[in-house]
Amino acid sequence: MFYIYCPYCGEHREEEEFHNHGQAHIERPADPDSCTDEEWGNYMFFRKSPKGLHHEIWDHVAGCRKFFNVTRDTVTYEIKEVYKMGEQPKVVAE
Amino acid sequence: MSDVKQEAATVAPTVAVMDQLPDASIQGQSPLFHADLATVAKNGPKTGGVTFKEEALMGQITLRLNAENAEQLKAAEKALGVALPTQPLTSVVKGEVSVRWMSPDEWLIVVPGLKAFEVESALHAELSGHYQVVNISGGWTIFKLSGANVVDVLKKSTIVDVHPSVFPVGKVVSTTFAKSSAIIRRSGESEFELVVRRSFSDYLWLWIQDASREFGLVVEA
Amino acid sequence: MSQKNRLQSGGRIDRSKPLTFTYNGKQFEGFAGDTLASALLANGVDIIGRSFKYSRPRGIVAAGAEEPNAVMQLGATEATQVPNVRATQQELFSGLVSGSTNGWPSVDNDIMGLLGKVGGKMMPPGFYYKTFMYPATMWETYEKVIRKAAGLGRSPNEYDPDTYDKVNQHADLVVVGAGPAGLIAALTAARGGARVIIADEQNEFGGSLLSSKESVDGKAAGAWVAGVVKELEANENVIVLPRSTVNGYHDHNFLTIHQRMTDHIADRAPNGQVRQRYHRVRSKWVVLATGAHERPLVFGNNDVPGCMVANAVSTYINRYGVVPGNELVLMTTNDNAYRTAIDWHDAGRKVQAIVDTRKNPTGALVEAARERGITVMTGSAVIDVQGSKRVTGVSVAPISEDGSKVTGSVKKLSADTVASSGGWSPVIHLSCHTGSKPVWNEDVLGFLPGKTVQKQLTAGAINGTFNTAGALEEGKKAGLEALSKLGLSAVEVEVPATTEVKESKAMALFHVPHTKPTSQAPKQFVDYQNDVTAAGIELACREGFESIEHVKRYTAMGFGTDQGKLGNINGMAVAAKVLNQTIPQTGTTIFRPNYTPITFGAIAGRDCGALFDPERYSAMHKWHLENGAKFEDVGQWKRPWYFPKAGESMQEALNRECLATRESIGILDASTLGKIDIQGKDAREFLGRVYSNAWAKLPVGKCRYGLMLKEDGMVFDDGVTSCLAENHFLMTTTSGGAATVLNWLEFYHQTEWPELEVYFTSVTDHWATMTISGPNSRKLLEELIDGDVDVSKDSFKFMDWKPMSVAGVPARVFRISFTGELSFEINVQANYGLHVWEKLFEHGAKYDLTPYGTETMHILRAEKGFIIAGQDTDGSVHPYDLGMGWAVSMNKPFSFIGKRGMQREDCVRAERKQMVGIKTIDPNVVLPEGAQAVFDPTASIPMPMVGHISSSYWSACLGRSVALGFVKGGLDKMGEKVYYPLVDGRIVEAEICSPIFLDPKGERQNV
Repeated sequence: MFYIYCPYCGEHREEEEFHNHGQAHIERPADPDSCTDEEWGNYMFFRKSPKGLHHEIWDHVAGCRKFFNVTRDTVTYEIKEVYKMGEQPKVVAE
Repeated sequence: MSDVKQEAATVAPTVAVMDQLPDASIQGQSPLFHADLATVAKNGPKTGGVTFKEEALMGQITLRLNAENAEQLKAAEKALGVALPTQPLTSVVKGEVSVRWMSPDEWLIVVPGLKAFEVESALHAELSGHYQVVNISGGWTIFKLSGANVVDVLKKSTIVDVHPSVFPVGKVVSTTFAKSSAIIRRSGESEFELVVRRSFSDYLWLWIQDASREFGLVVEA
Repeated sequence: MSQKNRLQSGGRIDRSKPLTFTYNGKQFEGFAGDTLASALLANGVDIIGRSFKYSRPRGIVAAGAEEPNAVMQLGATEATQVPNVRATQQELFSGLVSGSTNGWPSVDNDIMGLLGKVGGKMMPPGFYYKTFMYPATMWETYEKVIRKAAGLGRSPNEYDPDTYDKVNQHADLVVVGAGPAGLIAALTAARGGARVIIADEQNEFGGSLLSSKESVDGKAAGAWVAGVVKELEANENVIVLPRSTVNGYHDHNFLTIHQRMTDHIADRAPNGQVRQRYHRVRSKWVVLATGAHERPLVFGNNDVPGCMVANAVSTYINRYGVVPGNELVLMTTNDNAYRTAIDWHDAGRKVQAIVDTRKNPTGALVEAARERGITVMTGSAVIDVQGSKRVTGVSVAPISEDGSKVTGSVKKLSADTVASSGGWSPVIHLSCHTGSKPVWNEDVLGFLPGKTVQKQLTAGAINGTFNTAGALEEGKKAGLEALSKLGLSAVEVEVPATTEVKESKAMALFHVPHTKPTSQAPKQFVDYQNDVTAAGIELACREGFESIEHVKRYTAMGFGTDQGKLGNINGMAVAAKVLNQTIPQTGTTIFRPNYTPITFGAIAGRDCGALFDPERYSAMHKWHLENGAKFEDVGQWKRPWYFPKAGESMQEALNRECLATRESIGILDASTLGKIDIQGKDAREFLGRVYSNAWAKLPVGKCRYGLMLKEDGMVFDDGVTSCLAENHFLMTTTSGGAATVLNWLEFYHQTEWPELEVYFTSVTDHWATMTISGPNSRKLLEELIDGDVDVSKDSFKFMDWKPMSVAGVPARVFRISFTGELSFEINVQANYGLHVWEKLFEHGAKYDLTPYGTETMHILRAEKGFIIAGQDTDGSVHPYDLGMGWAVSMNKPFSFIGKRGMQREDCVRAERKQMVGIKTIDPNVVLPEGAQAVFDPTASIPMPMVGHISSSYWSACLGRSVALGFVKGGLDKMGEKVYYPLVDGRIVEAEICSPIFLDPKGERQNV
């Protein structure tokens, strides 16, 4: 049961209000039609599952309905930072 | 004359707006219409820790715009008679109009049911650029919960902290309520307003009856 | 029956309030203030159960949550049965009905007892794995026998009549445990203005002080406690929770508290009251002041009733006025436990001896015992006890200084009670719940909370600080630290004076040596509840289980409701000894939630019965109820399934509904369809990206059907979207997919294409939607339109929409069809939905307007070959698989979602499963949905399966069955045969055909 700071609402809310959308910073290829099957497969299917710092997209689905990014330690479940879409993480794995 | 007509034709509306209410001869039926709250109120207890009232048939309008666009903010204020609250989780009330911050680019406006189209039209008249106005009056209803034990019932129902130190009068949050959701606003020391979806309203009404049983529930019509 | 072990005075019980209760069918008497355990001991009840594996008689050994044996079944009626209640935690009330959980068929004489030795052999350590893993078919049989014999309790077979609920709490500080440390921590934080919750599992606050003769602040400890509690209760920012077990400590300082509100009053909660409450607490900081559990020593036959933990004996004497025996032998490794012998002696009963494992104990308590004339045997240990249903005597022998072996001759002493103390184990369960690894401390001889990422503080015995003065100091410090972390200012709190007792050093001894090797010595129990012995742990280690986590799983040590409260440290010590390593090297297992068992009632709370899951209703729901609809769950919606008339079977009702619609007019409540209002200058562009077909040129006033795909090219939703104005669209989704689709649109808008100017707002609930369908639908509509709106064939074409007023209510009417008939979908503001619906029936009577539900809707659409996303699609079919290439526009400039995915090698290969119509050769056979297709019905098993049926119905209109299904390469196999072997042995022969069974040219809707 996480307690997540929503950068749009400006306060912590319970995990039940949020939905995890998986790994962050995956950009849709600009020209999908020119992607090879392998490139497209990597975009669609391949995801990181690091032990330690992980960047994820969360959606404040029961609140303001905004998506944002979370840097979370997958070992301790600590949330190290949240940041808005389009921004870059400050806390990154070594 | 013909020039004027020409003018009107070229500015074909980019959005469709319709007064959705029939004339007064047809009575609207709120989401809790079937519960016959008037009879419940008449026959039920007159004292208790929690008081429930459905503010039926209010007008609800969703407004989307860019809060960083000063022009749009000004236009909205002109249409509504009150400035949009841009602080997250706040609300403003002025006369018959109340506005709730929902999201950085979204507000929920509540007005008397018969005023909804007027306000909707005023917003369209004043606003320009990229915005959205949607009349959602049929989709929602408003529950007023008050009384000495109102906080106790809310604590059973919602996961947000309703302590006055973090949930003062005027604060508004969209959150879960039982297994559904609600837009909760503290409208007084011991008074909260829940904007809930029509289709979930019967479930939530049942829930509130059950959760307030130990305190005694008074229904007002 | 007399309370033969009850003292005439003393304790916190009220002798003026006798209470009668039942245990295993017999009536007993106790007093207000008793626990079930203290009342049983007062009455001299020795055996309270039989052990799990060996079926040995067991008695009460402890006085709190750590009690492993006295696990009871409670309940006066079938409906109020509660299993797994610790007698040591259950307060006595008048009329309480209890029974032992274990012990089949009776605790005093049982069949398993006779087979006891066999039972033991049958169940060595690793018994779960060795016995149950193979053969799998026997599992069920074994499981029944073992469960019954082991007696893990039973749940009621009737509905629980009580109310339970859940409460969400938020606090600055949760203090777990209301002993001296917890109380002063809470007091400090509360005075500093923090929002505090203090919870304790016991009925009274005070913790160790409740059973202590100490004075605090110059007065009886109880008086000091009462003063603190009074101040806390008076503070409106403090929530005081007695009878409340903090059962779990989860991520980000989230705790769960199980509060028993009426379990101490009666079998059922008094009318209107909540029986148990589950608090879900988010706290900024937490103080764990959970105390410590005394460790019993591990020696031969240490499970015979009469063997108890030393401090528990003191608790029964001091708190409950019960001396649970006549002749005591105390075995201890430390000074502290001397108190028990002193208490026993002062209560007027005989202390045979204090057997101290240390050579030369010297502390003040040792002296106090000697002053009372109590025999102190030093450098010795009780190596085993005699007796089976109750201790009758003990064997004492001198042991080596390191406690590893017996060094002299064995002496027998008579005794009926053996109290033992191997020191104290800090209660670190909660700190372990969040993944923190505990750390061994050589001074404490126990594990302490380890490093944690939680905002957690600790105070008192959990830190190994076992004296009251130290606990109070640490409690205050924790309270002040919490204030500082919370940004609140420090406050003055005076630590009350206590009397200091000098203690000499304790000895590290866990497993008492015997004259025989462990494997041949009388059974030395480590974990009573799971019947794990020292020999069992040795065996496990010898069999190669070296990790303590593996030893735990192999032996079941610390499993289940026990969670290793008494036994874990001893077990690790035994393993460490065998493995020839230290305890820290051996490590410890991790305790898991819940700390003690919690009822399902508390977990369910109010989410049961009518409130189990929300039921969503449309604006016309009342009408459906009044008109006898049977309902179907679609997501959380209750949708009319069909409307049977009196005496009609379901199939008869469906036949009537289908025919009425095709021949005259039917009506469907379609309000549950997801509806999304989309506005913005880029709305059109956005639609083009999320739908597979083209939207750039859809004119105002027109509707279009679209398929929504995932990036992999697979269909996930569909619906009709209408152009309301140049920058304004109304999208519809499936009923179940509404929230998912809105979220999908927002996801792409916010994360991929924020530059597109478009807004989405859900209007699902705002519009009541009713579809009239059938040849007479235009006539009915025309009757109800106010004013001059032309809905004729040519001015209101198929796939047009128009605003108009229907039955006096402004409406948007869409000429779209899911039945293949002339259809109009009328949308009005939902508060007027029922009005319009009823008007339609008023005017529709002459056309025999027939309401139909989801089942008829399914039949009518299947006759037309229209898909239902989620029924005919399952996330593995793309539009071409569905034969819906017409709904894909590969030439759109933007590579829409799913386009590239559909072009992957696997998506373009031949022989993909494709959707076709399936016509059974015998028209009367309706294939079951899910039936598997084969090409060769004579193939040997396993037959190569080539597809399945996704939709199948009886069509009254066609007088035959119709089905949609998937067949490998089906679109190129029109007219070919396919077979469906069914579970009943039949093989149904069928022909592959077009999915459009009725009106392939679409003439019926173009009228």
